[in-house]
Amino acid sequence: MSIATTYRKTHDPRIRALKITKTVLMYLVLSALSIVFLIPFCWMLATSLTEAGNIRSSAGIPFIPHPFAWGNYKEALTVLPFLTFLKNTLTITGLCIIGQTLSASLVAFGFSRMRFPGREFLFILVLSTMMLPAQVTMIPTFVLFVKLRWIDTLKPLIVPAFFGGGAFFIFLLRQFFLTIPSELEDAARIDGCSPLGIYRNVALPLSKPALATVAIFSFMAHWNDFMGPLIYTQSMEKKTLALGLYSFKGLHGTEYHLMMAAAIAVLFPVLIIFFSAQKYFVQGIVMSGIKG
Amino acid sequence: MKKQKMTNRQRTEALQGFAFISPWMIGFVCFALGPVIFSLCLSFCKWDILTPIQFVGMKNYAKMVQDPLVGKSLVNTLYYAAFAIPLGMCGALGTALLLNQKLKAMRLFRTLFYVPSVTSGVATFLLWSFIFNPEMGLMNRALSHKVPWIELVNGIAIKYIPFIANPPKWLADPTWAMPALIIMSLWGVGGGMLIYLAGLQGIPEELYEAALLDGANPIQKFWYVTIPMLSPTIFFNLIMSIIGSFQVFGAAFVMTGGAPANSTLFYVLYLFQNAMMYFRMGYASAMAWLLFIIILSLTLIQLRLSKKWVHYQ
Repeated sequence: MSIATTYRKTHDPRIRALKITKTVLMYLVLSALSIVFLIPFCWMLATSLTEAGNIRSSAGIPFIPHPFAWGNYKEALTVLPFLTFLKNTLTITGLCIIGQTLSASLVAFGFSRMRFPGREFLFILVLSTMMLPAQVTMIPTFVLFVKLRWIDTLKPLIVPAFFGGGAFFIFLLRQFFLTIPSELEDAARIDGCSPLGIYRNVALPLSKPALATVAIFSFMAHWNDFMGPLIYTQSMEKKTLALGLYSFKGLHGTEYHLMMAAAIAVLFPVLIIFFSAQKYFVQGIVMSGIKG
Repeated sequence: MKKQKMTNRQRTEALQGFAFISPWMIGFVCFALGPVIFSLCLSFCKWDILTPIQFVGMKNYAKMVQDPLVGKSLVNTLYYAAFAIPLGMCGALGTALLLNQKLKAMRLFRTLFYVPSVTSGVATFLLWSFIFNPEMGLMNRALSHKVPWIELVNGIAIKYIPFIANPPKWLADPTWAMPALIIMSLWGVGGGMLIYLAGLQGIPEELYEAALLDGANPIQKFWYVTIPMLSPTIFFNLIMSIIGSFQVFGAAFVMTGGAPANSTLFYVLYLFQNAMMYFRMGYASAMAWLLFIIILSLTLIQLRLSKKWVHYQ
């Protein structure tokens, strides 16, 4: 019916038939592609619910486990202290989201709404740090945290987030703050608002979508971060989920049913966040001005 | 007197401005500028953190030239980049073009194609090392799946034979480990796709209408309208892909550790091994600077070349 309404305007039946064929073909191609994109997830889910003995033996490509081995999840998540990993990951992710949105928005406000000498030069410096490969700063930063005796604590993974929040986020928020009409700012200033007051009462409330975008990208980055925890944590009590999964591979690398169950448990929150906030992903890309 | 007052106000605003950006300034000095200077100095030194730093001049750089693993890891990285970048860019552009049509379920498809790129991390590396498992993995099960085969030897007989009898052992085979990682990277084209989509939606409809009036066919519209209008986006994606493929670490570290026979020893993986496993801080710093120089020169070359093909409005 929807196709019929879309093409009601076209009266030539041949053109209509052509358009409908095109639409059907598009759906076929897109559906086939989506299957290719999604099959790894289905396979992962199926394996995570298959009994250990059935993984090797079953012929063909099994996508429906028989019987459903729900116990895999319990086993996978108890062989290693995943609750501790979750606690660490939540601590790091939560604090980093706060740190990055807070400091990146403050800095972005400074760069977009305040006038001071050297502003353009400093902003170019912000952008130039995006060009610098992390490997160049990795070793000195590691040494710094060794000297501070912060190795095997969560501090090296949290504290830097409060100092600027990353060039990309500063850039993204600055672009957004620049779109706020200056009349609003002037009005607030006449009412006796300080710059900090304008930041808090004008800029932040108007930038909720941009802040949400930053928060979500920050969540993704820290939830998935692997190299950071790999460098800075050593003991089991300080590991994150990503690192825990990696140790899981070292300890039970052949028990694929457990590995897939653990991997799904780690992926699940990411998928939930993604599906509930997907508009912010598109927004983040459009807002940072990366378009034709 | 009025002028004096303005200056005061400006001074206050400047101070407040600096206060706002002070978190970044502290962070810049501690986590960017300081480390950059220290790293540059370290690259001319020998240091294992425990014993005092020793100045060795250009020795680290001289050693890199002779180190066969530096060469090997660079070749590996270039091999990966040479396939993953063009394939990934075409894949991302292709899916973006497909998704830029007006269909009801577009939002759903867009989401589905993008999902793999948000789940990047150890979980997906584990998933793919299972997919590439020679016996149990999805890839080889699909490749060796029995398909009907018509034989015309003695009359017509239908036999079921494996699609590919001896599929590669992927991550366990030095020849196929890198192609496996390239295939895996294509799963994540959704990120680039989304950027292309944003670019495609910024192309004014009038241009297509004008092209249509001039009698352009769909292929001409693609070459003479879409591609030039999209060229800044293509350029952005190209630069990002170059930087990304020179910094591959997690996938190789988790899935192969550089094996088999160093066939997946990426440059950054070897750098990491030198720094965090052998504690050759000076040598690893020198490697980091070489990487920086490579990335910077590739970017500058692209920037220069871009003047020939990137159209800014």
